[in-house]
Amino acid sequence: MTDLARPIGSRRHGTEVALIGFGLVLTMFAFTSVSAAYSSKFPSGIVSDGLGFIALAGVAHLAVRKFAPYADPVLLPSAVMLNGLGLVLIHRLDLASASRAKGAGVSAGTAAAPLQLVWTVIGVALFIAVLVVVRDHRRLESLTYTAMAGGLALLVLPALLPASHSTVNGARIWIRFGGFSFQPGEIAKIALEVFFAGYLVRKRDVLALAGRRILGLTLPRGRDLGPVLVAWGASLLILTRESDLGSSLLFFGIFVAMLYVATERRSWLVIGLGLFVVGSLLAYAVIGHVHDRVQIWLHPLDPKTITDQSYQLAQGLFGQATGGIFGTGLGQGRPDLVPFANTDFIASTIAEELGLAGLMAVLVVYLLIVMRGLRAAIGTRDDFGKLLGAGLAFGLALQVFVQVGGVTRLIPLTGLTLPFLSYGGSSLVSNWILLALLLRISDASRRPAPPRPDAPDEAATMAIRL
Amino acid sequence: MTRPIRHIAAAALLMFAALLINANIVQVGDASSLRANPHNVRVLYSEYSHERGPIVVGGIDIARSVKTHDALKYLRTYPGGPAYAPVTGYYSLVVGASGIEQAEDPILSGSDDRLFFHRLSDEITGRTPQGGSVVLTLNPKAQQAAYQGLKGVKGAVVAMDPSTGAILALATSPSYDPSVLSLHNSRAINRNYQQLLKAPGNPLIDRALTETYPPGSLFKIVTSSAAFGTGRFSPSSTIPTPTQLRLPQTNVFLHNFGGERCGNGSTDTIADAFRISCNTAFAGLGLKIGIHTLAAQAKAFGIGSSVAIPLHAASSQFEAHANRPNTALSAIGQYDDALTPLQAAQIGAAIANHGVEMKPYLVAQVRSTNASVLSTTHPQQLRRAVTASVADQVKSMMELVVRAGTGTAAQIPGITVAGKTGTAQHGLSSQHLAPDAWFVSFAPADNPKVAVAVLVEDGGSLGSDATGGAVAAPIAKSVMCAVLGC
Repeated sequence: MTDLARPIGSRRHGTEVALIGFGLVLTMFAFTSVSAAYSSKFPSGIVSDGLGFIALAGVAHLAVRKFAPYADPVLLPSAVMLNGLGLVLIHRLDLASASRAKGAGVSAGTAAAPLQLVWTVIGVALFIAVLVVVRDHRRLESLTYTAMAGGLALLVLPALLPASHSTVNGARIWIRFGGFSFQPGEIAKIALEVFFAGYLVRKRDVLALAGRRILGLTLPRGRDLGPVLVAWGASLLILTRESDLGSSLLFFGIFVAMLYVATERRSWLVIGLGLFVVGSLLAYAVIGHVHDRVQIWLHPLDPKTITDQSYQLAQGLFGQATGGIFGTGLGQGRPDLVPFANTDFIASTIAEELGLAGLMAVLVVYLLIVMRGLRAAIGTRDDFGKLLGAGLAFGLALQVFVQVGGVTRLIPLTGLTLPFLSYGGSSLVSNWILLALLLRISDASRRPAPPRPDAPDEAATMAIRL
Repeated sequence: MTRPIRHIAAAALLMFAALLINANIVQVGDASSLRANPHNVRVLYSEYSHERGPIVVGGIDIARSVKTHDALKYLRTYPGGPAYAPVTGYYSLVVGASGIEQAEDPILSGSDDRLFFHRLSDEITGRTPQGGSVVLTLNPKAQQAAYQGLKGVKGAVVAMDPSTGAILALATSPSYDPSVLSLHNSRAINRNYQQLLKAPGNPLIDRALTETYPPGSLFKIVTSSAAFGTGRFSPSSTIPTPTQLRLPQTNVFLHNFGGERCGNGSTDTIADAFRISCNTAFAGLGLKIGIHTLAAQAKAFGIGSSVAIPLHAASSQFEAHANRPNTALSAIGQYDDALTPLQAAQIGAAIANHGVEMKPYLVAQVRSTNASVLSTTHPQQLRRAVTASVADQVKSMMELVVRAGTGTAAQIPGITVAGKTGTAQHGLSSQHLAPDAWFVSFAPADNPKVAVAVLVEDGGSLGSDATGGAVAAPIAKSVMCAVLGC
């Protein structure tokens, strides 16, 4: 089909080991650097925590080696590096808040880094579990409607729970019981991507073929607009009921992209964009906090709001500007001046202490995952796999764009997390699961095809489809 | 499906390109304006997160930074307290910096180019950057003596080493504790600052450097110097000493202090008129030598020029175009004459140093973080005020003042002290207002180690009965004693 140079059947485990090693060296160097900035002592945690993280990466590698031997050797190392850097940055912000608490004479809050390390262990465990259990991604196709039910339930649950069990800092996107809290949106995202893939594989012929041509675009029949309108409505519902601008945008974006991939019809993009514009205008006009977000985006340094509503964005921008090209160095800046520096504004922390160079490097690592994911989607042989892979990879790209774009004031700020980097268990665990699925599809795409002499040639099916 | 996946790959690429370009705009393009935003506290925090270097006097820190655990990592403290406040100044989040804190900020904060290699090594070793230290010329005993002497009165003391210009004491009263302005709580700083602004006696004013006062009889040093400089007069020259002198072109009569007569009421030597501080004699002498000679001598002492030690001192005044009656008045330190206590000390020091006026300075050495000396101040000749012989003539008259004249209160057993009193009414007619009391002196007279000027506003505790000899001379004596160890 495509890409004849694709190294089908090559395992390249050495590459993966070397890349993981590189990521681990970077992580350890960063960890030492943070510790050195805060005290002259040799960091005590570097042996236990450091070795623990190295062991974790090793186990993940062995699992890939055993259960997805042909998978792309770049994906896992990228995730290891981002996760490692995230742990170091969260630890660095812990140290800052501990020192502030000491100065204010109050007891410091719970350190986030140890918890994040526990979540990393859980994430890697689930990553391996997915690789072991889902031996063939096509088996997920049979779960299409289960995934839909599960995804919707997870998504809607916070809106149905009383606010005390669902709302943190104004966003109703949590499930909280006792000391346990979980943000179901991230898992729901994966479940819905599975559902979209399965659903669109079944409906794509209808959605792709029927319709009239107007102005060079083949418009779908009115009744075929159903699914996209449902997705649009659901996104607006998330927005109004849960005040979650980011997830709303993400779901709709992923759906439209997957619809386009499935049908190859540009009209869906036009319709999708049109609905997005209408929805955005509607939200801006009707929903107060969306209006506020846009105003903050336009005027973050307005003296009237800078100490209040736009404080976070303004402080984040100040931090990024202070970082300049090479950054202040780890532990040398003041990223802790930005509220939620270890979740929403971790990109700002990177920009301040590692500079433009560091932020660009991190973005390139994400781009690497996205492009390798899309490449796996192109390379895989079944439509469900293509759709799922494209959805997972594009979803990741969109999430990074919306997240970093918000923090750097390219677009209005939303409440998404930065995959693998932000503090937060649900996000981290979900992204490890997502990575496992991408590796599974990548493994399938690069696995030497079993001899199937009677199977119809793929090029022939393509010809018919086109 | 390959084609649309390629399309969304292109879309993803575009999104990342947008992120990268935007990050460049924020972190490079807009960076300087964002950094300069007044709401960006990072600049301030980074200034405070370095350990600011100490200000040192006699091996002891009179200002130093101590580690704290709040967001501003170091608190500026002033162990020197109010006694050293006019020198250290303050270093405040809210009201900025003053004194040495301001004048030597590049060294103290560590941004000075002389600290470049230390910064570089800090950068390489990851050590927290630290400011250098500033070592002052002050003599702690003299400073304490000066500040104690001024207790309860408004006034100032400046003492210096006549042969080098090194400031040995610089005190002002009332004073304040700079640490109330260096807190980390801006509301408290504002409250304290407002209190200091309203406090009686205006403690934030540095009387030694920035205020000028009519010098009164102190100015007879300048008038004598001008007269001897012409070569027509010597201390033994006799001049008229009338009980009252009619000012030329007017019907105004000038009297001596307290309406007394000088000597026999007709003539006296200049030396004796100087000893008893006879106004009519020196007003007449001033008229004889003329305003130009007087003005030139005033200029030669530095009156009218400003100096930075490195704290900026106000320039003292002498009206060079006074008419005849005002020439008579300005010859005895009235009319528009006004000196800073620093200028008065410089005049005394110039006489002590055989007529050569040294540049006054406060900073003896600047040291790096690891105490290696970055620079040492070398004494500089500022100007020649009078010839050596004129200086010796004036000195001999000043010795007489302390031995048997108006300045006996400054006598130190075993040490020859030279001095001159000044008692300045604020204006002509206000005889009953408490005068400003001056005393300028140096010792030992044959090999001067210290010259000191003392000013006490409004007569201090003696009020309208005050004279320079009664109020200011004892303070000068204790400061000289502190330096000479008596």
